[in-house]
Amino acid sequence: MLDAAMPKSDFSAANTPPPRRASLLVAEGLCFEANGHRLIASLDLQLDQGSRSVIMGPNGAGKSLLLRLIHGLLKPSAGSVAWAGCDVGRATKQRQAMVFQRPVLLRRSAAANVRYAMAVHAVPRHEREARLQFVLQAAGLEHLAAKPARVLSGGEQQRLAIARALSIRPQVLFLDEPTASLDPASTLAVENLIQHAHAAGTKIVLVTHDIGQAKRIADDVVFMYRGQVEEHSSADKFFGNARSARAQAYLDGRIVL
Amino acid sequence: MQDFGAAFGLAFHLITSGDSALTEIVLLSLRVSLTAVLLACVVGLPVGAAVAVGRFRGRGLATVILNSMMGLPPVVIGLLLYLTFSNAGPLGALELLYTPGAMIVAQAVLVAPIVAALARQVIDDLHREYDEQLRSLGVGPWRTIATVLWDARYSLLTVSLAGFGRAIAEVGAVIIVGGNINHVTRVMTTAIALETSKGDLALALALGMILISIAVAVNAGVMALKATASRSAYA
Repeated sequence: MLDAAMPKSDFSAANTPPPRRASLLVAEGLCFEANGHRLIASLDLQLDQGSRSVIMGPNGAGKSLLLRLIHGLLKPSAGSVAWAGCDVGRATKQRQAMVFQRPVLLRRSAAANVRYAMAVHAVPRHEREARLQFVLQAAGLEHLAAKPARVLSGGEQQRLAIARALSIRPQVLFLDEPTASLDPASTLAVENLIQHAHAAGTKIVLVTHDIGQAKRIADDVVFMYRGQVEEHSSADKFFGNARSARAQAYLDGRIVL
Repeated sequence: MQDFGAAFGLAFHLITSGDSALTEIVLLSLRVSLTAVLLACVVGLPVGAAVAVGRFRGRGLATVILNSMMGLPPVVIGLLLYLTFSNAGPLGALELLYTPGAMIVAQAVLVAPIVAALARQVIDDLHREYDEQLRSLGVGPWRTIATVLWDARYSLLTVSLAGFGRAIAEVGAVIIVGGNINHVTRVMTTAIALETSKGDLALALALGMILISIAVAVNAGVMALKATASRSAYA
């Protein structure tokens, strides 16, 4: 078991990011405070274009918070986030999509949920039906298009949420523990959709606790601990020989507090 | 007891024969209350939506005030509106006192806070659920309000029916500003009060039965709406 008393020097070298290609995201000195508590502290992070980045770490490490900060759902207390050199704003969000752990679906049919996202993103009307059919088919939901979204099963709802996100052809797709409450079959279906999105050129940023899932998906892994990036390395290096002792303990299934 | 039995018999006869005096009172009641609820919704729904979705200083206070106003005493509202509409009052020139218009205003004033407070709760709940997802999609504030209002439509219709139930059963305010004038401002509740005091139980009972039927119909409507909403998973 590891705890916060472990010497910092064990991890200092582990912060070296993997070799860079063109950075899509650059977050510098990112801080977030709430109720006097510093939840994210001077965090620096760079994510490459096109890769599948997986954010891991114990509960309370700040993974979901980091996702919301870089997506612009929360404003950092200090620091900056830039996507391809642009500040996070509504224009950035227009090129991004997020899928939450518990899918938030409108009280409408499955098809209407997808159409809504396309209307918001001003997808040309003549393209909408074709895109709708394409994403529903990719998600295996074409036979449920007319069903109210909220009567679908948990797995179907999550696939619909991803299909809705993909309908706007996002540059970046954020996923916050999308399979946390799903069975293996539904998890596989969701992972297939994620891979499908990546194959179409979408940058994936996935938060997960599932080490197996991270191994199946990740190109690079960001390991977080107490609001800091403890290690950011390629998936091969991270799973082969994590440099951070806490990350290795986490991978070994030991309890990291 | 024989008198009561006869009064019930006569009451049924008044209803089934379509008595003109009874019909006139019922129709005026429906006109006043439906118009009042419409006005209350026009004012109350946007106010409820604004307090639910808006982020401004004093939002908590606005919520407390809205919720407190749900319990406004009708006779006090009647008295205040009486003073407002009387010849010496600030709106005396409108000559609304003792007209159906004054009764519509009185019922609207009573119902608008109910509509606003209940709508705020409904919209706030849904907005909390949708907020992050809609912001993630890049939805602007006006479209967010429109989306939440549309998706909450069944609940908001239930809110307006609850408002109608309150309006049609109201007596204290309308008797003060309407005056219960025959053929002019006599509605079901004020007529029941008058006819009971006069001892004309048949008309009072007939109106009472219709009033209760309307209350039951409103509740049935609310239940049907809820059932529809659940069937469509809109609840």
